[in-house]
Amino acid sequence: MNKMEIKFSALTQNIIFARGSVSSFLLNLDLQVGIHNEIKTLVSEAVTNSIVHGYEEDETKEVLLKCQIEGNLVTIKVVDEGVGIDNIEEARKPLFSTKKELERSGLGFTILEAFCDELTVTSELGVGTTVICKKKI
Amino acid sequence: MSLNVKLVVKKRTLLIRLRGEMDQHSTENFKLRLLEIIEKYKIKNLVFDMKDLAFIDSSGIGLLIARYNQLKTDDGEVIICELNDNIERIIMLSGLYKICVIKENLKAAKGYLGIA
Repeated sequence: MNKMEIKFSALTQNIIFARGSVSSFLLNLDLQVGIHNEIKTLVSEAVTNSIVHGYEEDETKEVLLKCQIEGNLVTIKVVDEGVGIDNIEEARKPLFSTKKELERSGLGFTILEAFCDELTVTSELGVGTTVICKKKI
Repeated sequence: MSLNVKLVVKKRTLLIRLRGEMDQHSTENFKLRLLEIIEKYKIKNLVFDMKDLAFIDSSGIGLLIARYNQLKTDDGEVIICELNDNIERIIMLSGLYKICVIKENLKAAKGYLGIA
């Protein structure tokens, strides 16, 4: 088993840092380019969700990102203590967005679901959101 | 800079060459520049050349959908070309291929618009 975790400010410029960190962590697994890119996309979507929705880009807040490799399974966990998601079922529907005015596509959860083998989203209003993606490699 | 953009105006078409990564952060700055040029040159069509685009997520897709909605009121179109496998996967998954015109390369995109 091999694992890492990082914590960073809820700023959008840290999204590239987050997916780059996981990408580097996985480098010596020599993954197929497509799978490697899908994992980068998973990190990007989950972290964007925490920064833009959970914390509404409040730079005093922090996002926790964990990545674990165990056998042929990569697990990504993204945790925030932000506003939380009111209705997870609704949020997971394609094209649903509470921030259409910001030109959000509402496809974040759709992409998460498509690119991982198992997606768990737990959230409580005012407490925060945890997204766990498991992907076979 | 995580996203490098090269812009060329040809008649009322804006040719956009993307290099780097399109996420929430890089998309925000790019959007403002794009809106300014679309207004200034009365742009009707957009051509996105994605040959050197290494990464795109739902934030980037959001920008493309919004520009499609903006331009269609003037019968304009969004044309996307030079998709690599990773980018193509997201374009297909997002349904973007149903509303944008996909062309293999820049030449084909220009030919489609009659500005070759």
